[in-house]
Amino acid sequence: MGDYPSRSVNATAGDLGVTPRHAQGAGYGSSPSNHDEPPLGGGGALPKKARFSIEAGFRGLSTASGAMVLVIIVAIAVFLISKAVPALQANTGDFFTQFEWAPNEANPSFGIAALAFGTVLSSVIALIVAVPIALGIALFLSHYAPKRLATPLGFVIDLLAAVPSVVFGLWGRDVFQEPVRDFSIWLNKYFSWIPLFGGDGPFGQSIMLGGLVLAIMVLPIVTSLSREVFQQTPGMNEEAALALGATRWEMIRTAVLPYGKPGVIAAVMLGLGRALGETIALALTLSVAFDISFNLIENGGNSVAANIANSFAEANDTGRGALIASGLVLFAITLVVNMTARAIIYRRREFRDSAA
Amino acid sequence: MAKRIEASNVSSYYGAFKAIDSVSMTVEPKTITALIGPSGCGKSTFLRSINRMHEVLPNARIEGSLTIDDQNIYDPDVDVTAVRRMIGMVFQRPNPFPTMSIYENAVAGLKLNGVKKKSLLDEAAEKSLRSANLWDEVKDRLDRPGAGLSGGQQQRLCIARTIAVEPQVVLMDEPCSALDPISTLAIEDLMFKLKDRFTIIIVTHNMQQAARVSDKTGFFSIDKTGDPGRLIEYDDTQKIFSNPTQKKTEDYITGRFG
Ligand SMILES: Nc1ncnc2c1ncn2[C@@H]1O[C@H](COP(=O)(O)OP(=O)(O)OP(=O)(O)O)[C@@H](O)[C@H]1O
Ligand SMILES: [Mg+2]
Repeated sequence: MGDYPSRSVNATAGDLGVTPRHAQGAGYGSSPSNHDEPPLGGGGALPKKARFSIEAGFRGLSTASGAMVLVIIVAIAVFLISKAVPALQANTGDFFTQFEWAPNEANPSFGIAALAFGTVLSSVIALIVAVPIALGIALFLSHYAPKRLATPLGFVIDLLAAVPSVVFGLWGRDVFQEPVRDFSIWLNKYFSWIPLFGGDGPFGQSIMLGGLVLAIMVLPIVTSLSREVFQQTPGMNEEAALALGATRWEMIRTAVLPYGKPGVIAAVMLGLGRALGETIALALTLSVAFDISFNLIENGGNSVAANIANSFAEANDTGRGALIASGLVLFAITLVVNMTARAIIYRRREFRDSAA
Repeated sequence: MAKRIEASNVSSYYGAFKAIDSVSMTVEPKTITALIGPSGCGKSTFLRSINRMHEVLPNARIEGSLTIDDQNIYDPDVDVTAVRRMIGMVFQRPNPFPTMSIYENAVAGLKLNGVKKKSLLDEAAEKSLRSANLWDEVKDRLDRPGAGLSGGQQQRLCIARTIAVEPQVVLMDEPCSALDPISTLAIEDLMFKLKDRFTIIIVTHNMQQAARVSDKTGFFSIDKTGDPGRLIEYDDTQKIFSNPTQKKTEDYITGRFG
């Protein structure tokens, strides 16, 4: 800025000490309309900061929106807790250990354990099945398939993500149940010595069916996010690996997977979030039971969300409170899952930040 | 340790576009060869053709023949990963693996080749980092991210990563273009040191650098945009910079190009 003083001589407002707002260099809409004004880069004395500006307006607006989110969340929480507490007080059983859901009786008795267990078990099955397949598809689309194939295939996967869950639920109950039952009977015949596949039936409307339907539902989310993450791997890192003599798969292991790991974890957590909260698909495929059983193939199973959907209509006041309490537990589970995921993502954050 | 590279009538294509036309040159073992020429004349393309990185790009292919100690690099039976291990490459922009520590970066190539023993890896890491003149600067923070180093240090880390696998030939594509003069000198010193063990081919836009470090110099040029690049003159560096045979070469090195 060696020529700064001489330039300010030419500036119209230079001698006022304070440049009017319209002459401020970087301000919006301040392009010089006649040549008497200083250039965009500014001239003359440094202008004062505007007291009221669009900038300040936006800041206020965004702060208000942020605050509103908090207010809404707190309001919802207060409402839910105020409904749940009376029901919990009326509970004659133990909320955490009772294997029963009878909150509408004169002596209400209900427990969350079986529901929470069913929720977690069905979601875990879904992830165990879906994640490896999803990552395989994502890698295929991002690094193996020719572009002509990858683009339409990716589109189909995204379409799958848009199918409403009730469709999956009905399909699971009316179509998919048959093969799952046959498979369950086969498993039971040859592997009944594994407790997971034991029991004497009936089979079919089991936690396995629910879990598999969930798996199909989370597959597209995990696939499409992971694919995006894998595609973002810097090309120069892929080339670096190849130039060291890596095969394509070694290149993926060296450059793509480590780079995409936090993103993949996030994708899996989103999938898990969908599985945990999934309501109608499980309500349609499970046959209600209130116990904790690791048997995957016998009829039975339940989940927090499915139970809410099934029982809300005929619930009385206490019943609703009890269901709301179960909803809060589901919320707590999701929260724990999310925080764990974040902890994993942030642990090696330093390595990613410096990479940016 | 070092091998002879022989290119004859190499033409490289990007799809239908011919980027270089009929390049022939012989690079002797344990020498430094500089490739110079205006932007877009195909220096990088030629360099990437040597270690078969060219074909990584979709629709890219080459014609002609390239041999390393009389073995055809493009023989259909040759394992391309073996070629790339034998002919290492340092890129224009430093590209350490962002998820890896300094140590992991240095031994990445060894791990890819199945070396698992900690003592071997430790030894190789120290040796290659020392060869790359980086050891003293990083020995106390080997577990820190490689991408957290300065640009010049990152580039030397990439050189360490490349030479850790003990290749026969090292290709460098403008390795100093993002570096300050001091880091540049450090890398030039390094090249002199590495010359005892490797054959080095370096692309550079820096005429002084070419004159300083190389034994032989190849001058590439294009007639006009869209034409393929050609090797105009290839000779001892001394000769190219004092008494080139081609008028084009003289114009370019004296700055009267175009
Ligand atoms: N990936 C690519 N796809 C298509 N054409 C390319 C590609 N890379 C390079 N080219 C073209 O090939 C020609 C040679 O490019 P190359 O990168 O080899 O030039 P260069 O001599 O290395 O230039 P510079 O000195 O600027 O690095 C140029 O015309 C360029 O546009
Ligand atoms: Mg180049």
